[in-house]
Amino acid sequence: MYTHLETAEPHPNLRRVVIDPVTRVEGHGKVTLLLDEDNHVKQARLHIVEFRGFERFIQGRPYWELPVLVQRLCGICPVSHHLAAAKAIDQLVGVDQLTPAADKLRRLLHFGQTLQSHALHFYHLSSPDLLFGFASEASRRNIVAVLDAYPEVALKGVKLRKFGQEVIRMICGKRVHGTGAIAGGMNKSLSETERDYLLQDADQMIAWAADAVTLARDLYLSDREHHEHFALIHSSFMGLIRQDGALDLYHGGLRVKDERGQLILDHVDYRQYTDYLREEVKSWTYMKFPYLVAQGPERGWYRVGPLARINNCDFIPTPQAETARQAFVAYGGGLPVQGSLAFHWARMIEVLHSAEAIRALLHDADILGSDLVTRGERRAEGIGVIEAPRGTLFHHYCVNEDDIVTRANLIVSTTSNNTAMNESIRQVAATYLDGQTVTEGLLNHLEVAIRAYDPCLSCATHALGKMPLELELLDAEERVISRVQRGFGD
Amino acid sequence: MKPRVLIFGYGNPARGDDALGPLLLERVEARRFQPPLAGLDLECLTDFQLQIEHALDLIDRDLVIFVDAHTRCSPPCTVQRVEPRADISHTTHALSPAALLQVFQTIHQGLALPSCFVLSIRGYRFELGEPLSPEAEAHLIAAGQQLENTVSSFFSSSPAAPDPTP
Repeated sequence: MYTHLETAEPHPNLRRVVIDPVTRVEGHGKVTLLLDEDNHVKQARLHIVEFRGFERFIQGRPYWELPVLVQRLCGICPVSHHLAAAKAIDQLVGVDQLTPAADKLRRLLHFGQTLQSHALHFYHLSSPDLLFGFASEASRRNIVAVLDAYPEVALKGVKLRKFGQEVIRMICGKRVHGTGAIAGGMNKSLSETERDYLLQDADQMIAWAADAVTLARDLYLSDREHHEHFALIHSSFMGLIRQDGALDLYHGGLRVKDERGQLILDHVDYRQYTDYLREEVKSWTYMKFPYLVAQGPERGWYRVGPLARINNCDFIPTPQAETARQAFVAYGGGLPVQGSLAFHWARMIEVLHSAEAIRALLHDADILGSDLVTRGERRAEGIGVIEAPRGTLFHHYCVNEDDIVTRANLIVSTTSNNTAMNESIRQVAATYLDGQTVTEGLLNHLEVAIRAYDPCLSCATHALGKMPLELELLDAEERVISRVQRGFGD
Repeated sequence: MKPRVLIFGYGNPARGDDALGPLLLERVEARRFQPPLAGLDLECLTDFQLQIEHALDLIDRDLVIFVDAHTRCSPPCTVQRVEPRADISHTTHALSPAALLQVFQTIHQGLALPSCFVLSIRGYRFELGEPLSPEAEAHLIAAGQQLENTVSSFFSSSPAAPDPTP
């Protein structure tokens, strides 16, 4: 562990190096390093500097607005929030089981989202580092340079992303911030024309997704020694699992395995999540630190997302992705794969699974069904959990008798990876930067470690009222007139 | 064969005059069965911003018109032809039409680049939650007329362009 690099001992000659902003990630964050006179790393932190307040300002809104409102948390993964909120408000209207058409439409939407989000991340954001090198020329580390140097590879990525977006558009009317899921179901059926429009490209997308798995695997293994140990940390893994142990991105019970693959929790009803998870707040970042209650904040942190899901599931219920998973597990030699860069490989296995699942759903007669909404007995509390592209996403709402939200709690995927991302950059700092002259290329190594997690930093910052906050009022000459603080030293 | 035209309006509808692009597209859709739009194989697209994958939407078009709000163009609006240009806007949330055309050329070597124009509509306020400003609303009407004039002029003056006459 590298927790000794979280907070440096006070020293007069520590030098501060900052990466601000972290590039090629969604949202805004910065990395700070404190180095001594010999360039030894004494502190490394990933700070999330966005402050958004969603949990607070959705209080006072009627619950049926939530699936539309919470999409505004993010422009990359709005559908994930849309569906998690929908699952939560399903419970408010007493629905535990949707109609077959509504359930499959939501799953189709979710697979479209996963496909486009993963493709965006791998091809647009991470592939420049993997193809050109972590310390390659900065001006080349972007999708346009990849298009120039590897046009076939980049074009597949662009088209995979577009296909995922078209799935979303057919269901929600727009690629970003559309509408679809409502309390108890869906607001629109899929027409035959829309289904056929998507189906015409489904086989090609599966082929390209299989190519993506090959590419990610080959890139990882091409420099195996380096990639296995880069940002290597050891953690538990958490994710949803279907009743039979299958990977299920839409619904399931919580499973946590420790770093040796032993079960800590299994098939836990996620509506009981507060019995198992807590969130810690630290003064130097707006993102919280979730942990397993039973193990405490020091040892109870875990990772979520593609690496967790592929490590945790017993099988993938689509054939080509299952073959790819078996190869991934064989590489791990019986233990969970821990290398942070293996996230990319696992992520592409999920792209393949999503492409296969989309085709299967489009061939399912239920997908064109018009029986879309069901109702039950009203409840005052609803919890929706889903496997977003970046990991397990929790939406928890309480409402009063007037259907107004009185309480909201979100645990966003990226938040669960907060400790892991910090540990990863500390490992990289200790391994690559310690005692070295700091160069732009070496600083990009830190960003590569962060990017492996595909963080959504805008999503991860939404709490108001829980973190330390300082407010200063300045006059025109920027003199402090008054200052208010809360939470420091709590 | 009907001329293949894409009109692409982009901007954030929740940010005041940034909604001008998507709003103009609504007017275009309302007039798609009237001249000069009636004789076209017309597609209207909107999005929050231009992205790399929009290069795929330019395939098999004769004419593409991008529509966006602009903070400094001459009011009510201006029209300019766009040529491919490699710039660094792809590293931002503000990918330019010129950079998008450059991406098109890179990934579709051998495919003909459509004729492209940018219709910039002057805007004045862009804060989150702001409604459309009265000035921008007036510019929208002029911009709609300018767009149709651009389409008419293009097909009447371009010898290579298909005839839009129904």
